[in-house]
Amino acid sequence: MWIFAALVFPAQRKWSSIVNMADSGVTDGPEKKNDIERAKNEGKDLSKEEKQRLRKEKKHQKKSKEKKDEKAPQETPSAVPAPAPLPVPASESPVPADKPAKSKAELKAERRARQEAERASKQNKKGEVGQQVATGKTKAPQSELQPVVKRLPEHIQADNPDVLKKLAKKLERQQTPGYNATTKAKIPLRSDYGRKVSLFSHLHQYSRKAPLTQQLSIPSTVIHPAIVRLGLQYSHGIVAGSNARSVALLHAFKQVIRDYSTPPNEELSRDLVNKLKPYISFLNQCRPLSASMGNAIKYIKKEISNIPSHCKEEEAKSKLVNCIECYINEKIILAAKAIAKYSIEKISDGDVILIYGCSSLVNHILCEALEKRRKFRVIVVDSRPRLEGREALRRLVQRGISCTYVLISAVPYILPEVSKVFLGAHALLANGYVMSRVGTSQIALVAKAFNVPVLVCCETYKFCERVQTDSFVSNELDDPDDLIVTRKGKTHLEDWQQVDSLGLLNLVYDVTPPDFVDLVITDLGMIPCTSVPVVLRVKSVDQ
Amino acid sequence: MELQAVLMAAGGGSRMTDLTYSTPKPMLPVGNKPLMWYPLNLLERVGFEEVIVITTKDVQKMMSTDTKIKHDVKMKLDVVCIQEDGDMGTADALRYIQQKIKTDLLVISCDLITDVALHEVVDLFRAHNATLAMLMSKVHEFTETVPGQKGKKKTAEQRDFVGVDQSGKRLLFMANEADLEDGLSIRKSIMRKHPRMHIKTGLVDAHLYCLKKAVVDFLTENKSISSIRGELVPYLVRKQFSKSTTSQKQEDTEDQNQTKNDESTNHELLVSSRDDPLLQLAQERSCWNDHRGDMSEAYHGGKLRCYVHIMDQGLCYRVNTLAAYIEANRLAPKLFEEPVVHPSAVISERCQMGSDSIIGALCQVADKTSIKRSTIGNSTAIKEKVKVTNSIIMHGVTIEEGCNIQGSVICSNAVIGRGADLKYCLVGNGQRIEPEAERTNEVIVGADQLMEI
Repeated sequence: MWIFAALVFPAQRKWSSIVNMADSGVTDGPEKKNDIERAKNEGKDLSKEEKQRLRKEKKHQKKSKEKKDEKAPQETPSAVPAPAPLPVPASESPVPADKPAKSKAELKAERRARQEAERASKQNKKGEVGQQVATGKTKAPQSELQPVVKRLPEHIQADNPDVLKKLAKKLERQQTPGYNATTKAKIPLRSDYGRKVSLFSHLHQYSRKAPLTQQLSIPSTVIHPAIVRLGLQYSHGIVAGSNARSVALLHAFKQVIRDYSTPPNEELSRDLVNKLKPYISFLNQCRPLSASMGNAIKYIKKEISNIPSHCKEEEAKSKLVNCIECYINEKIILAAKAIAKYSIEKISDGDVILIYGCSSLVNHILCEALEKRRKFRVIVVDSRPRLEGREALRRLVQRGISCTYVLISAVPYILPEVSKVFLGAHALLANGYVMSRVGTSQIALVAKAFNVPVLVCCETYKFCERVQTDSFVSNELDDPDDLIVTRKGKTHLEDWQQVDSLGLLNLVYDVTPPDFVDLVITDLGMIPCTSVPVVLRVKSVDQ
Repeated sequence: MELQAVLMAAGGGSRMTDLTYSTPKPMLPVGNKPLMWYPLNLLERVGFEEVIVITTKDVQKMMSTDTKIKHDVKMKLDVVCIQEDGDMGTADALRYIQQKIKTDLLVISCDLITDVALHEVVDLFRAHNATLAMLMSKVHEFTETVPGQKGKKKTAEQRDFVGVDQSGKRLLFMANEADLEDGLSIRKSIMRKHPRMHIKTGLVDAHLYCLKKAVVDFLTENKSISSIRGELVPYLVRKQFSKSTTSQKQEDTEDQNQTKNDESTNHELLVSSRDDPLLQLAQERSCWNDHRGDMSEAYHGGKLRCYVHIMDQGLCYRVNTLAAYIEANRLAPKLFEEPVVHPSAVISERCQMGSDSIIGALCQVADKTSIKRSTIGNSTAIKEKVKVTNSIIMHGVTIEEGCNIQGSVICSNAVIGRGADLKYCLVGNGQRIEPEAERTNEVIVGADQLMEI
């Protein structure tokens, strides 16, 4: 049974993914299911068995329905418009014979054949922008529950009213499952703010002054208070930066797990994952999730689903809490140490290092290098409206590193002095592109023109299977009012919404091509940008 | 559970004794609803399901018979009675119910009428992990003439000096004029950390506080603090900048001895605000700072933080003086979309009623009466040819023919004789005004209700 687990940006049916979670598409799909079945059969709990039976029936119904659906659109695969991005798991051609009682091996073989055919036809299509909706498996992500029509992920369809309606309905349905239906508390939908620039109208743009908590009840019962606090901190920018966000997220999840208690007739491995879904949608609305957060959530969901059903609740909870701590320790703290060790080899005495914005990893590296008594000086480049460079400047000067501070418009002028450029990354995409704070690609471009080496430092947990070649398709729009500044008592842009031809754009991320990046320093070592897919493949095999 | 609500309804209304000697303050009718209904309604609208109400036995009795509270309030009210005359301050009351408090608190006073978006205050509390978050509002000048006031009384009300930082959210300094004998002194430690401070005086404290649970534990240890507003809040604001809460390691022994008392008291405040190492890590890695210009980290490394939300638009009244009571009666009905005339009231056709008046249940208004800008309570009988302007008439009052009532407050069960002419008077509970009386600017109360000096 090939089943895959839904990722953070769900686009598929919800309950099917709930079903799928139990048999999460990790290495041992079929065996796992048998285990669960056996365990269930031993239990005297009738309702659990009944539930399982219901699930199985639904699955069969779905399968036959899917087969019928797939027959129709299969005739026009090429008519699908080119710019429509394809989710990487291939869509299948319909099963010629509608036999429900096929053996698993036969189904597997059929699907493989279909996939090869699809791959061949896909090679001819260009401009592939895809988002894989699967757990770490890049080899054979298969699911017959995958719809045939190639769909755009929802988070970049903010200008499509149907998608918004669907999202609202989905949030409604994502109530805390298992409780009585009278508490119809739903997760509110955050509405967009202000006029969007047409090129980016497919993205969401929220205002900081209209937080999502406006629509929630004050002693928040629907959403765990730790998650509400986290959401607020994200939307106010109190917790900003890829690493900080992931750590805060995992901390909040620890609290959620500690306060969780399994309702009767439910299994922890299934129910807890369902509990987390509304929280994740809530956080996504407060601020779109980052790639590192997405990977962390995937990991947690996998760990939860892997809890054997015979495990007692207390044991399971402590195990999960331990897993979280291990993950943070391994992937963030130790990774930072390893990266610092490699980077220090690259820093020689007399270096002039250029950094951009405030990357916690780069700051860490520079502080470590100072401890190892390297002699260097730093040029901090900053840009509006965030002006994060000031914070980086403060941290470095506090340690005693001599720093220069410039704005990004001065980069071509100071670059002749610079010997190396160290950049942090928000995510590393599967085609070698580096997604980082807006402005990074400019710096990399200018550095390349001056032949200054550009080194990107990134932990492996930020590696993402997405593929992007431009900064338009998938990005984040921040509050446009941040661009408004008051000088000498005058605020010129105060009424920007009244001017029809004016739009304010506050982009957060941009994408740097691998040609501009000379080296990527990860905790696995120093690799060229183009080796990122290799790392991803190695990682997925491990998992 | 995230927050527990506590409604303080045991106050005596010491600044409006004329009204409160027979009706306790929480049950005074404002717009024909008891005063404590307004904060309860605010809590209910926002989504609370349970409230702990601290009150006296009299009020509890009246609450159980009051229709508004019984039927309109869907929340579960956990009423705790305390002695009426035992000098219990608000902080003492919190200490009394310490067993019931399991999580962070939202303390609200029964005399607060406001339409604030409560999430603004609570968001400050949540986002910054604050120890205290409170609500303040710009002072409204009361324009109505208050009965019983001789001349334009410019009460030398003790002003509050409130110091906030650049963003207007962090509370740096709070003192009452009464406590400052020889001028306002600000500690150097505050100035070093927040060089720009805005000091405001025209603010009224709405007495709505979000407090961390650790504060309640701290109160149980420190029995000397008895009032939240008067002692606890200034103490917390001061303690934000004291050495022991900001330094993480213990300094030399001399400092220890000096600040020994402070430390033992701060220990409780700090215990639960000691951040998880993970939270610490997240804060370290985050590139955010609440201030800039100096070398210190976010919040200057302080664990105790106090925040304030200052409302500049919207209604916010504390009904603790007669003037406030009259103003509230004028404006509170505008908060809700309710029919101006209660359906059970009997009003004859030839009566002139302005649209900004409210008539309560079971009233009887006879012909040729004119009612403008007034509030008429339940079960009141108004006979013919009566002119009522700008007044507040409570429940069960009888007004005989030909009266002229202007700018007055008539308390429950009073009887105004025929042809009386009252201007800016306050008629106490159950009083009788003789016919053809002419009173201006007087407070008419029974002899036994006069205060003993």
